[in-house]
Amino acid sequence: MFLQQIASGLALGCVYALIALGFVLIYKATEVVNFAQGEFMMLGAFVALSLMTGAKLPFFLTIFLAVMIMGVFGMVLERMVMRRLVGEPIFALVMFTIGLSIFLRSIAGMVWSTDTFKFPTVFGKSFTQIGSVTISSMDILVVSITAALVIILYLFFKFTDIGIAMEATSQNQFASFLMGISVERVFNLIWAISAMVAAVAGILLAPILFIHKDMGFIGLKAFPAAVLGGFGSIPGAIVGGLIIGLSENLAGVFLPAWVKDVFAYIILIAVLMVRPEGIFGIQEKKRV
Amino acid sequence: MAYFKITDLTKRFGGVLALEGVDMEVEKGQVYAIIGPNGAGKTTLFNCVSRVYSPDEGAILFKDKDLLKLRPHQIARQGIARTFQNIELFTNATVLDNIFLGRYMYKKSSVLSEAFFTPWVKDQELKARRKVEEIIDFLDLQAYRDERISSLSFGIQKIVELGRALALDPELLLLDEPSSGLNPEESQDLCFWIEDIKEDLGITIMLVEHDMRFVMQVSDAITALDFGRVIAQGHPREVQGDPEVIKAYLGEENGATP
Repeated sequence: MFLQQIASGLALGCVYALIALGFVLIYKATEVVNFAQGEFMMLGAFVALSLMTGAKLPFFLTIFLAVMIMGVFGMVLERMVMRRLVGEPIFALVMFTIGLSIFLRSIAGMVWSTDTFKFPTVFGKSFTQIGSVTISSMDILVVSITAALVIILYLFFKFTDIGIAMEATSQNQFASFLMGISVERVFNLIWAISAMVAAVAGILLAPILFIHKDMGFIGLKAFPAAVLGGFGSIPGAIVGGLIIGLSENLAGVFLPAWVKDVFAYIILIAVLMVRPEGIFGIQEKKRV
Repeated sequence: MAYFKITDLTKRFGGVLALEGVDMEVEKGQVYAIIGPNGAGKTTLFNCVSRVYSPDEGAILFKDKDLLKLRPHQIARQGIARTFQNIELFTNATVLDNIFLGRYMYKKSSVLSEAFFTPWVKDQELKARRKVEEIIDFLDLQAYRDERISSLSFGIQKIVELGRALALDPELLLLDEPSSGLNPEESQDLCFWIEDIKEDLGITIMLVEHDMRFVMQVSDAITALDFGRVIAQGHPREVQGDPEVIKAYLGEENGATP
């Protein structure tokens, strides 16, 4: 039972981790906290749903297309709106993302109605038996896709020139300009990558939960995950997501029912009291 | 035509005239100093050249190309590099990585070719590495190559920043207060390096500086600014003796001395 809960907790944690990752990527590069990250995920899930039930495309092609569509969406959003706000106070940009999240929810309500949808299950109800634990194939898929994505992103930021340019921009925009790095292009790409990661999260979450225009509120659980890991740290987002997912699932079993929904925040407060900068956070100092 | 030419440059911040009709011509191969008391507009001038600020009026021409038409990140590609008074390094990266980033604009590979590490990419990386090693040798940074920037002293950080600027292979190098925060010994080293950069690498240098001894030692020509205006221009000896300059630095007879 315990191991069982750990397995499904891990899968849920992976989804939190991916949304948290989206928060962190945009924040690191642009210093904007994108509160519409959960809605990006919701859009990704709906786009995938339409492709699958409407266009009747196979599962993996659906994932690929939905992720690409969301990438383009992120790019267009950055180019048309966010870039015009460059130079405005960060607060204005953050407020804009809150507005955007409400806007996207309403649009989703109009396009896909306010009903709750079920994602057609890919593997049916297939399970894998490992020792005494039965794990659903979907959970395994979620964990492995997340792991693959994290490895790809790690290699991208560590070894490719554009990835290094992004890392440099997040450390010092001013200096990046002087090195001939187009900070605008970096911002554009980071919004695209963030939206793509959110789309993956949405597609993975859909079979576990359901699809609804308000499913983006789960972003509010991913937010503590990002803070927990130390806002601005990529491994921190992953670990934070896993911790929240796991503990939430375990709390659901071993503690009274009402605890489950607030457990993420309880952990957050506890960790921040001990380590205010988060698990992987580094305190930034700038000479004035 | 002049190598680097600024005409009638004016920059306002609200009601404050930070620069007012500044003219300046720099010849190829010169070390050109810009001096003046605090708040004279020296750094603002540099920020206009590197497109951090957009001036309200005037023109900046580098080899007959209008720099004001370019985006900030395109300045580096014209062969102009700079350093800062307060240092703008990538503080969580090593010395080596920082200097490597100076080679960024010379890399032309795609994500795909990097993923497969094609011979061409390999060759490009080797070239970049060679250049970086040359700079580390030139500036005597061997001892610090793998140190994080945040763990280094201010003086060393300044030298790393100079190294990163050199990695861009610039034709024109802007140095913003290169000797501030350096001890006398480091400052003397810097003098020699500036000589070498000018003589051996053939780079034209513009520098903003407070330390008059340093300026007199390295520069071929000087512009003195006060309250955004040019008050003297020309050969170092002439500018140093100019009554306006002395007044700006020391104040009027009854004025407060800096």
